[in-house]
Amino acid sequence: MTEKLPGAVGDAQRRALRRSIARRKTWDWLFALGGVLALVLALLVFATLFGQMLKNGLPHLSWEFVSSFPSRRASSAGILSAWVGTTLVMLVTAVVAVPLGVGAGIYLEEYAPKNLLTDIIEINVTNLAGVPSIIYGLLALGLFVYQFGLGQSIATAGLTLALLILPVVIVATREAIRTIPQNIREGAYACGATQWQMVSQHIIPYSLPGIMTGVIIGLARAIGETAPIITIGALTFIAFLPPSPLGNSGHLISFEWLAAPFTVMPIQMFNWISRPEEAFQANAAAAGLVLVVMTLSMNAVAIGIRYHFRKRIKW
Amino acid sequence: MDSMPLKHSSQRLIEPIADHRAGVWSIKLRRRLAERGIEGLLLLAALVSVFTTIAIVAILLWESIVFFRTVPLLDFLTDRQWTPLFDDAHFGIIALLSGTLTTTVVALLVAIPLGTVLAIYLSEFAPFRVRELAKPFLEMLGGIPTIIYGYFALLFVTPLLQRIYPDLPGFNMLSAGLVMGIMIVPYVSSLSEDAMRAVPMNMREASYALGATRLQTALFVVTPAALSGLASSYILGISRAVGETMVVAIAAGMQPSFTFNPLEPAATITAYIVQVALGDLPHGSIGYQTIFAAGLTLLLITLLFNILGHFLRKRFREVY
Repeated sequence: MTEKLPGAVGDAQRRALRRSIARRKTWDWLFALGGVLALVLALLVFATLFGQMLKNGLPHLSWEFVSSFPSRRASSAGILSAWVGTTLVMLVTAVVAVPLGVGAGIYLEEYAPKNLLTDIIEINVTNLAGVPSIIYGLLALGLFVYQFGLGQSIATAGLTLALLILPVVIVATREAIRTIPQNIREGAYACGATQWQMVSQHIIPYSLPGIMTGVIIGLARAIGETAPIITIGALTFIAFLPPSPLGNSGHLISFEWLAAPFTVMPIQMFNWISRPEEAFQANAAAAGLVLVVMTLSMNAVAIGIRYHFRKRIKW
Repeated sequence: MDSMPLKHSSQRLIEPIADHRAGVWSIKLRRRLAERGIEGLLLLAALVSVFTTIAIVAILLWESIVFFRTVPLLDFLTDRQWTPLFDDAHFGIIALLSGTLTTTVVALLVAIPLGTVLAIYLSEFAPFRVRELAKPFLEMLGGIPTIIYGYFALLFVTPLLQRIYPDLPGFNMLSAGLVMGIMIVPYVSSLSEDAMRAVPMNMREASYALGATRLQTALFVVTPAALSGLASSYILGISRAVGETMVVAIAAGMQPSFTFNPLEPAATITAYIVQVALGDLPHGSIGYQTIFAAGLTLLLITLLFNILGHFLRKRFREVY
């Protein structure tokens, strides 16, 4: 093609054309390089962040650190009350957010008629997802702490975070349900199922992987939330555990722990970051390391579930 | 309810069938009631989100109204100092807004270019394997708790910046904004990429057929077609940056001051709420009410951006 271009295209023109193409190709290449660099930059930031915390935190990570209470002396301070608090708060959050979120998602996809109320609910869910988390903290401070008199307790924190992740669970549920083909529903109805039988025996089981992914991602977000918990006025120095949920005071299961004061991992970390002594900041790094490992492994599980089931389910 | 006469008449005619029918009917009735009950419960679950919104607005308005009874709205909007806990109390929200605005702008200067380039690269240039690896990685980056980014900003980025510019104070908006920008990149890039991937393939093919390069296609065909998605991803980024709390509370300091210089420390609206919540303010005091007034301001700003995003999505939606 390069030897004999037809007619009027002269040598000079041909060279100019080739140069122009080469220039465009260079721009192409430069942009791709920019993209790779942006990706590398993100990777580098992550590696530095993680490496920094490993370097400062890992030497402090030990069984003593996990099994001791916070202390005035940095060397003997630990995260026992923090991780127990986080676990209990997450329990409340999951117990509240999962039924409410999944229920709302099922209602919006399977039951909701096309009317004003449905529109209001839908717009509302979208808007709630954009509300900053600290606003939820103010809501909890005004409503749960003072109006309902729940105080700065595990119940308050759990409810607050449940409301915070509700949009995540609702959206995940709806997206999972939307992928189920219509003929599954028609098949169930043809066999004489009622709507709830159809939903409980078909829709919920088939959308379960998607719902689980959403719930785990929501909980992973809730674990790291600091601002709303600080806003409700959670204490930062807690050197005791809430009452045990099992076999306390003669009952098999007790709910005293719901009303107990608490601390959680991010609050403990914040407390240590704001101390001027370097030793406490090393503690903060160690607590941060535990927190990052917690959230990243939850995210990894969620991503794993999604990939696993996306490959397996073929309608 | 209208079943009563029916049951009555059939009972007279043929007793056994009537019994049977009544049995079937009661099963049906019970089922229908159960179905209705379940639907009601599900509706209730869906309404919780509406109640949440109502509660948020009600609580913020309620406490703010009490606040504005003591502090005139004009002072709130025009005073340049925010010192509610001092003897000489000033309530100028501008002092907090300037901090929020400055950190947000710094964050966006990082997040929008980086996020957009990443989105275009991942959607139009990257090989399949790179994309498959990069997406979950970016998602994980977005899932790291904000307090970790705060730690990173205060104890790594600030010392790093101080090596370049030794006069930089330990708390400054630059470092907080930069880290916040990095934090927002995954949100911007993933939403933008989704929008670009939604552009139909035949538009790209038409562009290639006319002899356009990849970059030309990406910039002049795909990007304009995905503009509504890009715009709404930027808006989401802004809304995140305005509402972000821990990074700024840790790295930018908690001293309210009216400045737009990113090299100085300043408090944002969110940092102020944290600072007050950390102290032990009595319920019902003016200090307690200020955080609700600040929260209401924050909610109004994010609401404004959410509405703007919604409008942009509708305005620029391309129909294929």
